[in-house]
Amino acid sequence: MLKYTLLASGVLAALVAAVAAVADAADAAPPRHDVGRPATASDVRKHGFLVGPTGEGLPRGSGSAIEGRTIYLERCASCHGARGEGMPHFPPLVGGQGSLAGPKPVATVGSFWPYATTVWDYINRAMPYQAAGTLRPDDVYAVTAYVLAMNGIVREDARLDEKTLPQVRMPNRDGFVSDPRPDVK
Amino acid sequence: MPPPTDLRPFLNRRNFLALGSVGLGAVALRPAKARELGGPRQPYGDRSPFEKTVRTFGASPTPGTGASRTPLQDLHGTITPSALHFERHHSGIPHLDPNRHELLLDGLVDRPLVFSLRDLRRLPTVSRLHFIECAGNSGREHLGRPGETAQISHGLLSNTEWTGVTLRTLLNEVGVQPKARWLIAEGADASKPSRSIPLAKALDDVLVAFAQNGEALRPAQGYPLRLVVPGWEGNTHIKWLGRILASEKPYMTRDEAAYYTDLMPDGKARWFTFVMEAKSVITAPSGGQQLDGPGFYQVSGLAWSGRGRITRVEVSTDEGKSWTDAELNGPVVPKAATRFSLPWKWDGSETSLQSRCTDDTGYIQPTRQQLLAARGINATDHYNGIKAWFVHRDGKVSHA
Repeated sequence: MLKYTLLASGVLAALVAAVAAVADAADAAPPRHDVGRPATASDVRKHGFLVGPTGEGLPRGSGSAIEGRTIYLERCASCHGARGEGMPHFPPLVGGQGSLAGPKPVATVGSFWPYATTVWDYINRAMPYQAAGTLRPDDVYAVTAYVLAMNGIVREDARLDEKTLPQVRMPNRDGFVSDPRPDVK
Repeated sequence: MPPPTDLRPFLNRRNFLALGSVGLGAVALRPAKARELGGPRQPYGDRSPFEKTVRTFGASPTPGTGASRTPLQDLHGTITPSALHFERHHSGIPHLDPNRHELLLDGLVDRPLVFSLRDLRRLPTVSRLHFIECAGNSGREHLGRPGETAQISHGLLSNTEWTGVTLRTLLNEVGVQPKARWLIAEGADASKPSRSIPLAKALDDVLVAFAQNGEALRPAQGYPLRLVVPGWEGNTHIKWLGRILASEKPYMTRDEAAYYTDLMPDGKARWFTFVMEAKSVITAPSGGQQLDGPGFYQVSGLAWSGRGRITRVEVSTDEGKSWTDAELNGPVVPKAATRFSLPWKWDGSETSLQSRCTDDTGYIQPTRQQLLAARGINATDHYNGIKAWFVHRDGKVSHA
């Protein structure tokens, strides 16, 4: 009788253990469907650069503000103005520093954008508006340097590359706060 | 005194017989005009030519960029017809071949994978009702320039049944590494818009959608693939989705580290203000419409909350002096638009109509004054204040 009880409790313990194992597996990850194909290096390359604030994803390369000026005047100034002052429908890139707490805040790359990497990433992915994707990485470093130079953030002859761009400190770097909402109660 | 159209006095026996014989005789003598044969079948249906409501948008030197607005005042129920879903594009609507379009999932994952549309359709799918609202919807209300119609004031809101694969399912396929906390999603249109989304939200309820109201997505809504991020600002719902990268930190893209932020009076800006808070608008009677004179009308509108379910909508028909609970026309779905209605008898006097909603977190839709006090005048995105329509003695309904 005792023997049977021990056997039964052994079976029960094994069952409990098995159920627990299944539950653990379910918590960890449900079974995969094994759909989709492994991504290759060329799949990743095809998508281009996705750039983060500490320089993640930046390609090797460099460009100077002086080179950037030539590219800017040719490819950017028709919409953003010769000095980055903007036009109707096209935002200014320059100015507004110190205006954010005033009655007429002007948010530009110079006054508002907290990361220089964002400038590189956005020019690379979206500019020029009518021909996105046509600037080479060196061109993007150069135009970024020129836009930052017009804002007085880097020197007029500055050269930027994948190492120095993430180190540029933007004036409004500490200008952001997290979402406190609901802010009306 | 019966109205002139009342025929009862003529329906005594003698008059009825006389009328009958004259009438029948006339019909029998003249050949009848046949009822017109209807039009042919159509492979893809159009609406009646009598129905004219459309999205509206302003002229622009870059027609592919900008917004068009849903004509909320002309719609019924809660579903936005796909052809009338609001638009917001940053570099035009791309022409993507579904047989060639692919979705890459890479970054901090164990198995970077590429999914074709055929792959995605093999996976378990879900269909869910959700609104999408542009962060900038009603921004001019915040500025004190109220929109003349519900389309102008609130038309960057639409509500759709989306079908697709949960992002959770796809993340399970690639195996997200423990260090990953964010996902960077990227579109495949010319400007490749990108946004960082917390992994926790992705695992909660985000969809990778390929269908809208029962058929493939419309090109303007991301064909063949888009992200749906329930309850969060429209800009995060990346259209023409081509890549999702798992990362430790957000990537500080333009649309999260510069645009779609809210500038406060002290010069600091709020960022990652994802949730669209509880909001409602009366769509009938609403600005630009005309009442036919005193008498019965149904007040009706839409309410939605990015935090969950609408639990209550109150309507005031007396300039905010008193508020009455409207009926919620179910089903009430979380993070989806809910239709509300209230019977109303207009006595012909000047008044205003307003609605305010409450969601299941207990949050009550605020007034514009409360929002201005909390955020100042420059934070025009994420505005959700109470909207008033003014009824004039001549039955005109206007925004002011």
